[in-house]
Amino acid sequence: MPVPVSDLMLAAPQWFVLIMTCVTLLVSLWSGKKASPWTYGLSQVTLLGAVVITALMYDQPRTVAFYGNMIFDKISALLTIFVCVITAFVLLYSRDYLKQHKMAYTEYHVLTLFSALGMMVLVSSYSFISLYVGLELFTLPLYALIALRRDAAVFAEASMKYFVMGAMASGMLLYGLSMLYGATGTVDIPSIASAIVGLPQGQHLIIVFGLVFVLAGIAFKLGAVPFHMWVPDVYDGSPNTVTLMIATGPKIAAFGLVVRLLAEALPDVHVAWQHGLILIAVLSIVLGNIVAIVQTNIKRMLAYSSIAHMGYMLLGIIAGTASGYSASMFYTLIYAIMSLAAFGLVSMLSRDGVDIQRIEDLRGLNARNPWLAFMMLLVMFSMAGVPPLAGFMAKIAVLEAVISVGQVWLAVVALLFAIVGAYYYLRVVKVMYFDEPIKKTDIELPSMDMRVAMTINGLSVLILGMFPAVLMGLCRAAF
Amino acid sequence: MLTNYFPILVFIAIGIAIGGGALLLSRLIAPHRPDTEKLSPYECGFAPFEDTRLPFDIRYYLVALLFILFDLETAFFVPWAVVLRKIGVYGFSTMIIFLLILVVGFIYEWKKGALEWE
Repeated sequence: MPVPVSDLMLAAPQWFVLIMTCVTLLVSLWSGKKASPWTYGLSQVTLLGAVVITALMYDQPRTVAFYGNMIFDKISALLTIFVCVITAFVLLYSRDYLKQHKMAYTEYHVLTLFSALGMMVLVSSYSFISLYVGLELFTLPLYALIALRRDAAVFAEASMKYFVMGAMASGMLLYGLSMLYGATGTVDIPSIASAIVGLPQGQHLIIVFGLVFVLAGIAFKLGAVPFHMWVPDVYDGSPNTVTLMIATGPKIAAFGLVVRLLAEALPDVHVAWQHGLILIAVLSIVLGNIVAIVQTNIKRMLAYSSIAHMGYMLLGIIAGTASGYSASMFYTLIYAIMSLAAFGLVSMLSRDGVDIQRIEDLRGLNARNPWLAFMMLLVMFSMAGVPPLAGFMAKIAVLEAVISVGQVWLAVVALLFAIVGAYYYLRVVKVMYFDEPIKKTDIELPSMDMRVAMTINGLSVLILGMFPAVLMGLCRAAF
Repeated sequence: MLTNYFPILVFIAIGIAIGGGALLLSRLIAPHRPDTEKLSPYECGFAPFEDTRLPFDIRYYLVALLFILFDLETAFFVPWAVVLRKIGVYGFSTMIIFLLILVVGFIYEWKKGALEWE
């Protein structure tokens, strides 16, 4: 059974990234130096090329390819573009940190690219097989990335934890998927959706049984309560740039996983997964926001904040309407941008023997570099949901979605804990602006392109908050 | 559907009963008179030379890792070769793509010196 050329064309971004990643690896091997500019340059070309290719394909109609294993639609295109752009920023933010801490330069880039490739495969998968392949391809390089810094045992520990947890999550997910396969006799997402409609009532038990495991797997990958235990430990125990990587792209990919599995494969058992998700979302919002208050380590604090944010993101999915899904998509993309800026700043300021770990390390940032402090302020306010920043618009969108389906109490809980959450974001701002710095010297990002990127990243939070219509429109068009 | 699994449950129960039962019976019936000689590890009649938990060269680990990689690849190749006539150009080109990706990895490990012992 040959594959038509049009199918191969449809997977052009994935092909491009695959080939270019191999080229990057080979060129870096022959360039001789430990940290070759070729590695970095080719990696950026790879990602930007994939963005351009996907953008050119954006207007193509929704097409299923590779015998139902792959789909090209607006969801996959938009998520692919965001994954690539964000990974490009991650590489830019990491460049200096990698050199400063003597991490394996080539390996970091190549593994990151492979992980991005996995995310691209995941978001455009249309059967359980390609979904799982994409999921593994994006998580396996992450385990290795965490262990890349070998100068302390804590990194190996975090890597091990992430690996064990990730393997368990994959196992749960696979078990759930096998149950769904057993009940419907197919692994194609649209066939499953139509098979469930025709099932007799008794068979639904197996579906629901499988669904519970699928939800557990999804919650693991998202890092939502009660499967969140790995999040703070892994964020804290990874090198700062790898935390940056884990906290951004994978969230987008995990959103793709949720949409493909719940919204597209199982829309007819919506009621069944809605209950599970409500529990997961409420627990995540409550626990994430409350436990973040007592954290003194900035990476742990942001980890708990990510747990809470994943809870908010799930609200739109719970609504189960097209506007709910697009609100969730908007939330995920905005969260990825915010967390990119926050962890990016933490990574880039970790230089010259300083490794930013505690919130205290940001003391008096305003006196040392007002512009960076302002960028961080925008991001923190946005995460707290202060208007007119992007985080506020994102929260509005998901709350609107749950209210429109009559789950007002969910919106009330979410809102109350958003206020609780404001405390710990504002504390970072207080530390930056009102505490005396320990060292009075000026601090600056290592190079011009990083300063420009940080500025774009920080201001995008403001601009997307004031003019959300473009991105919101793209998200709406996807569903 | 679950009734199909009942024989497996029975099998597990019998397995546990036989395996655990033998241990339990020997615990209950057999006489226990341990002494130092009986409890010490047996090494062909003379006293053991050293601890069994030896640290060993990490390079063995690397070799083992590479071995399993190529061993799996061979296991993948053999069935492919057997049905090559039936799967035609499509099957052939798919495997070539796989092989190319594998070669990139091979070049990487070669260039990194993973194949050299010293």
